[in-house]
Amino acid sequence: MHYNCAVMGVIILLGPQRLRPSLARVVADHGIDGRIAAITAGWQEREAEDDELAEHLSGRTVNLCLYRRAERVFASDPELAAAYHARQDSLKRAQELYRLRLDHSMAAVRDLMRLEGESEWLEDELRAAFEVVRRLDDGHVERVREVHADFSKKWTPRKRPAVRKHRRELAKLLAGCDAVAVAGGHVAVLLNRLRLFGMDELFGDLPVLAWSAGAMALGRRVVLFHDSPPQGFRNAEVLESGLGLYRGILPMPHARRRLEIGDRRRVAELARRFAPRVCVPMDDGGYLKIDGPSLWAEAPIRRLTVQGHVERLESTPDELAEGEPS
Amino acid sequence: MSLAIRELEKTYAGDSEGIDGFLAEHSFPLQEGTTTTFVYRGEAEEVHLLHWIFGLESTLAFTKLGDSDLWYLVMELPELSRVEYKLDVVRDGEHKWIRDPLNPLLAHDPFGANSVYQGVGYETPEWTVPDEEARVGDLEEIAFRSEAFGEERTVQVYLPARYRKNRRYPVLIVHDGSDYLRYAGLKTVLDNLIFRLEIPELLVAMTDSADRFGEYTSNPNHDRFIAQEVPAELERRFPIDPDPSAWGLMGASLGAVATLSAAWRNPGRFGKLLMQSGSFVFTDIGDRNWRGPQWDGVVGLMNAFREAPGRPAERLFVSCGIYESLIYENRSLVPILQATGMDLRYVEARDGHNWENWRDRLRVGLSWLFPGPLWMVYE
Repeated sequence: MHYNCAVMGVIILLGPQRLRPSLARVVADHGIDGRIAAITAGWQEREAEDDELAEHLSGRTVNLCLYRRAERVFASDPELAAAYHARQDSLKRAQELYRLRLDHSMAAVRDLMRLEGESEWLEDELRAAFEVVRRLDDGHVERVREVHADFSKKWTPRKRPAVRKHRRELAKLLAGCDAVAVAGGHVAVLLNRLRLFGMDELFGDLPVLAWSAGAMALGRRVVLFHDSPPQGFRNAEVLESGLGLYRGILPMPHARRRLEIGDRRRVAELARRFAPRVCVPMDDGGYLKIDGPSLWAEAPIRRLTVQGHVERLESTPDELAEGEPS
Repeated sequence: MSLAIRELEKTYAGDSEGIDGFLAEHSFPLQEGTTTTFVYRGEAEEVHLLHWIFGLESTLAFTKLGDSDLWYLVMELPELSRVEYKLDVVRDGEHKWIRDPLNPLLAHDPFGANSVYQGVGYETPEWTVPDEEARVGDLEEIAFRSEAFGEERTVQVYLPARYRKNRRYPVLIVHDGSDYLRYAGLKTVLDNLIFRLEIPELLVAMTDSADRFGEYTSNPNHDRFIAQEVPAELERRFPIDPDPSAWGLMGASLGAVATLSAAWRNPGRFGKLLMQSGSFVFTDIGDRNWRGPQWDGVVGLMNAFREAPGRPAERLFVSCGIYESLIYENRSLVPILQATGMDLRYVEARDGHNWENWRDRLRVGLSWLFPGPLWMVYE
């Protein structure tokens, strides 16, 4: 296999950590015995409430406080803050418009999937219907990417004094660490903070361990999902590109609570829609290690298949040889 | 397919063994599709089902199997039905209301407990039972003097897990809070829905009344207490978002009337209203409802509201059981609420005027009014 799953250093994706944390064991298994930079920006105002995490890692964490730093940047640079908020409003509107079209396109997919095996043309129709959805997803990602690119070009956040100052501090903190741990929380808030400070560059070759929203934000594509929200079913939707530190895997945290994993048609729908990316339900225990060209899963990591099954994932899936579209 | 009771009718030959076997083989009420057989065994002159399903006769007579002591009633109950009931057993001319001895399922309310029939497809929602993974909130009792009532009143306040004084919370004020806690499992529901990110972390202030008919039926003192005094006390003690959109008010039955009354007379105070099985009694002709003079206050309020509803809130959730007589009043209210431009979600259920009906609608109601961050947050 010559396909590089990990774009940078070693990436380790874990299941949720609150109830049955496995991070300390995984860190120990990989010989990481120094300090660990913690990113808990997804917890927003609770960012600093990291006592349990620090205790779990025997006090070796250094919280990078990205959420608090971003608040300080916005407070000291009102022009950037205003532009940032305007960008977020724009992205929110783009998401609403995308969702409108998505719901109609996905309705066609589901209607066709219900007709399973009925006619010789069905598979062609289904393939075409999925293609429409994939184009829609890709188009949305591209639109969001353009919004970010325009923002970066116009406001050059990384050249602004407040951001530069924090980046210098962050680089210094990271220099004293042996790994980075990225916790979950609000995925867009987390991703925006990671992006604002250009954390992908600052990580360098440090191993990065991430779970829940942290795992989602580091990949190439962030997909929001929940099969049974209280106001009724919603289609999974693409939010935007992630940092792109690894490829080909779509982590789906808290699958036990969020996914109808026993519904074969639903599983097949997700696997097919997002192929060749591999949908990986992430629950407690187990982890996925992505190191250059190889991907290694410690049980009980599983994957969704286009046939609608949930299978154990052990090594680099064949689909990844084709690579993930950018 | 022949019903089990029909088979027993055919084979019964005056012996008790066949009846013993029938009772041992089945659980009761016996559900065969949507056909349900209620059974009572014992000496009696008559047996009736008391069910409170509006539209059916309020008591339905059981049939005696031959000369045996087995009584039964066969009836159709649609899927997803949930029915609370008692048996009226007549012996020596005396009527005795009892819970179904063959059915262990009970629902409790301030008047005691009823037996419960759960129809095909009905399941007790899993979010109503304690979840060992959920963080648990606290209840704190506060007491203060109410000028409206000229006496001290107590309010129980739910504080979500990880409550912090340096944050600002939305708040929901609940009529009959103690009953919601005791009979609708409100605290467990809040813990679970917050943990599942289906509603945000919020404060819930629960009031009680020892005189519901006096205070809940369009009483200006109570309106003042709910819309002014309780909010002022909450703001004094807790960090609450001052925006009206962060304020909710709810209640069931007469508590829903009190909710509408307080909100309507204090527009702009509450952004969200949750009203369950509201006793929204009104008249189209005259001002005396068939239910009796004790409803005059409610009729006056509802007739005035229906005449000029205004816009007491921004977002509403209204629910009602279709087996309760108030379904007429609630359905009648829906188009009026819709015409105001308020954002309304209306839900019906095959259930009656009871606390478990109100409990079962809390998830959809609360998450409609206070949507949680589950779509964006992956902890």
